[in-house]
Amino acid sequence: MNYIISIMPSLLSGAKMTLILFLWTLIISIPLGIIVSLGLISHFKIIRAILKFYIWIMRGTPLLLQLIFIFYGLPIIGIIFQRYNAALFAFILNYTAYFAEIFRGGFQSVPGGQYESAHVLQLTKWQTLRHIIIPQVSKIVIPSIGNEVINLVKDTSLVYVIGLGELLRAGNVATARDVTLVPLVLVGIIYLLMTGIASFILKKIEHSYSKWK
Amino acid sequence: MLELKNITKKFGSRTILNKLNLTILDQEILAIVGPSGAGKTTLLRCLSGLEKVDSGQFLWNNQEFDPTEPSKDNQITGVVFQSYELFPNLTIIDNITLAPRLVLKEDNSQALQTAKQLLHDLDLTGKEELYPYQLSGGQKQRVAIARALAMKPQILCYDEPTSALDPALRAKVGEIILQLKNNNKMTQIIVTHDMDFAHQVADQIFTVKALDFKKVD
Repeated sequence: MNYIISIMPSLLSGAKMTLILFLWTLIISIPLGIIVSLGLISHFKIIRAILKFYIWIMRGTPLLLQLIFIFYGLPIIGIIFQRYNAALFAFILNYTAYFAEIFRGGFQSVPGGQYESAHVLQLTKWQTLRHIIIPQVSKIVIPSIGNEVINLVKDTSLVYVIGLGELLRAGNVATARDVTLVPLVLVGIIYLLMTGIASFILKKIEHSYSKWK
Repeated sequence: MLELKNITKKFGSRTILNKLNLTILDQEILAIVGPSGAGKTTLLRCLSGLEKVDSGQFLWNNQEFDPTEPSKDNQITGVVFQSYELFPNLTIIDNITLAPRLVLKEDNSQALQTAKQLLHDLDLTGKEELYPYQLSGGQKQRVAIARALAMKPQILCYDEPTSALDPALRAKVGEIILQLKNNNKMTQIIVTHDMDFAHQVADQIFTVKALDFKKVD
């Protein structure tokens, strides 16, 4: 028990980094994902082509490669990121692509008649989005967004590779130093707690949308 | 009085409506009939501003207007869609009051009062707080009618109002249409392929003929 208490501060400071990365990625990627998804369903062919290419790259290559590319690769051509910035940048680029695809599907599954009936009622484009389309899209995408959110909690462990002090790194360092499994088990428990809390919040949100169909 | 003059509508090189002329008097019920694909619904969509016509004029009381650019002070048409298109995320009362509040800038109590009166007239009292999925087809249709009427249009248009209804409900919507004519002095246009229904309710029947169009691949 004393041992657990002694390593907790370093694990918790690692968990703090994990949480910060997680929250900033969500806060920036979800709105960006909505914007990119609107680009994907827009009438501009060039924009659509560029965005599709971006999504293909982001979803078609490992996030680990993207992290290494940004932190170790880009400095070769003179673009240098701090560790934390490199990690955040890679996560935002990667997760925006996934969210954009989810929102694109969401927007496309709202029937065209909804836009038309809003139009004949003289609602503006923004009023239609705000009061009619976005609530319906939200309900459709929440389960898929939830999956990505859980994935994101776990994916933050990948920043280990660029030497950022997050949770997994803190646990691994302690295990290597003290030759015991306890730190890694604790790391596992902390991840379970974080994904558990995220799932619980998502369930609540899903439930709040269940009063209409 | 609504007049359509020389309305032409093409999709690509397919002409759907060719120099169509039509006059509807106030408080009249006009049924637009014709075979499938003849352009009945297209005509309704042009009139309600969902499609742009290629040429021709729309006149309301001898004043030209553009259906695709409606003004909130003078909404010419309201539409009851074939599949009603209620907003599933809003309660019945919100479905009806949303546009009056946002577009006509009615205050809450005024919008609510109008909506409750409409629900009462359409035999929907007590459904205010339900969501559309909790209503039957006929009830949804009446909500769609109420929602359109709340915007105080000059003309109410229906797209195939009987297509999804059983005979009893078909009679009921016929009654409502006549009631709106007699009590609300509403001018109404009904697109339908149901000839019996058209004869029952309409003052005037207009047949859209299928044009011999050239199809281009």
